[in-house]
Amino acid sequence: VDLIASVVAAPGPPTPAKRKPTKKTKKAVVFFEVEILDAKTKDKLCFLDKVGKVLPSFSLHWYPARQSIRLDPKGKSLKDEDVLQHLPVGTTATFYFRDLGAQISWVTVFLTEYAGPLLIYLMFYFRVPFIYAPKYDFTTSKHWVVHLACMCHSFHYVKRLLETLFVHRFSHGTMPLRNIFKNCTYYWGFAAWMAYYINHPLYTPPIYGEQQIRLALTVFLFCQIGNFSIHIALRNLRPPGSKTRKIPYPTKNPFTWIFLLVSCPNYTYELGSWLGFTLMTQCLPVAFFTLVGFIQMTVWAKGKHRSYLKEFRDYPTLRSPILPFIL
Amino acid sequence: MASGEEDGTVEEKETNNKKRTKGTIATAWLTFYNIAMTAGWLVLAVAMVRYYLQKGTHKGLYRNIAKTLKFFQTFALLEVGHCAIGIVRTSVIVTGVQVCSRIFMVWFVTNSIRQIQNEESVILFVVVWTITEITRYSFYTFNLLNHLPYFIKWARYNMFIVMYPLGVIGELLTIHASLPYVRRSGMYSLRLPNKYNVSFDYYYFLIIVMLSYIPLFPQLYFHMLRQRRRVLHGEIVVEKDE
Repeated sequence: VDLIASVVAAPGPPTPAKRKPTKKTKKAVVFFEVEILDAKTKDKLCFLDKVGKVLPSFSLHWYPARQSIRLDPKGKSLKDEDVLQHLPVGTTATFYFRDLGAQISWVTVFLTEYAGPLLIYLMFYFRVPFIYAPKYDFTTSKHWVVHLACMCHSFHYVKRLLETLFVHRFSHGTMPLRNIFKNCTYYWGFAAWMAYYINHPLYTPPIYGEQQIRLALTVFLFCQIGNFSIHIALRNLRPPGSKTRKIPYPTKNPFTWIFLLVSCPNYTYELGSWLGFTLMTQCLPVAFFTLVGFIQMTVWAKGKHRSYLKEFRDYPTLRSPILPFIL
Repeated sequence: MASGEEDGTVEEKETNNKKRTKGTIATAWLTFYNIAMTAGWLVLAVAMVRYYLQKGTHKGLYRNIAKTLKFFQTFALLEVGHCAIGIVRTSVIVTGVQVCSRIFMVWFVTNSIRQIQNEESVILFVVVWTITEITRYSFYTFNLLNHLPYFIKWARYNMFIVMYPLGVIGELLTIHASLPYVRRSGMYSLRLPNKYNVSFDYYYFLIIVMLSYIPLFPQLYFHMLRQRRRVLHGEIVVEKDE
């Protein structure tokens, strides 16, 4: 994007920033001068003199969700709620602009990336034509664990869809558009790979039979309930429409007591669910999916843990990011 | 009694000395490594020329140099380690991908599928690799000795323009030639049913490898072209933003 060429509703030619004396009237009103520079090239994009309290969204080309305005070119973006008067700037404020690229809402991404696995798995479960040999079209597996696995997998993604619609409170409205392609490839690809083997006519059920399946199902359900409990607890930390951040603590629900030992128990329970599913299906692609998911969630958990520690002086020291005492 | 401040500067000097010794050891090792690799690939080049002059044909040439090729190409795995511990400032991933693709060609294609070892495409990529590696390792060696003749620098940043595509053609033709033998023998493959509920078909895997050259080769090629512009012409190239 050629930022220099396609800017802006600039009110006038850029003038070098200089201190303007505040007008002395009965009510002393402080006006700010604001200049906005491109974060990469440091070119002056926009100069606004006599800005009141609120910084207007200055460009016609980039909707607000795409704009990142910051005090430091490499720093964090300012939030929509930030007020110019309360920022650490003089009467001449210099901001740096960065185009975040096309954006898409988190809700849209979540719904798309979760609906895919739900439907794809069912296609393999019902043995839709062109997947397996024609003589198996629309047949069902003779192993009851395959039916159980389908129920668990479907339940998991239905739960995720409902949570996206009714439970989660998102800090950011949007993410970069290219994420939806990346995320959907990951979720949909793995779902197809797992579902192909679990629903295959030549599927081999777990070695230890009923015992293994029963244990796996218990672990899976336990962790699903746990994961849901954590999501509810996190939702209740945040009043509707707000973006406040607080330290989560154990509640009356025993499934939340894990907060004593872990910063991101939602990821812990998620790992547990997939370990249960791996055990239930005894399928290497599922194990692989669990491993990759675990690595990603650990990265996220460590980041979240670090930001908790940075933001709250009194953050409980006993907690680990994702695995109690270990990781 | 030494004051606290004095202790501090003594410690600092010790850490700086340690850093300097580590740096010297690293340079010494890298110099040895690059000289050894240059020598190794030179030996390979000489062996190939001698064989062809003596026998007049390329048939049996691969078998003749196979041990030396496998040894020196596998040894290059160390380069990933060099990047990982930081004594060479290149991305671990880029080096990893390059070395792994070489290892894959040598061990999992040419070495294991004997029927294709007399193909012309094998000679093509082995010759290309030899020329490229001799240039590359001598470039690194002279760099470490702080005495880089311009023609080595020129060779390193210009020969790839022709060598790289030729090497890719050689590799792709070789993999393609191996496909019927892989299919017939079912090598490196796992069929259903099995207790892990997974399957692997080496034949289709090789086809996917061939297809992966399409996105990967241009990226690496243009990366080298950018490097070339920067080194030879001092252009400032703005990298694509993440």
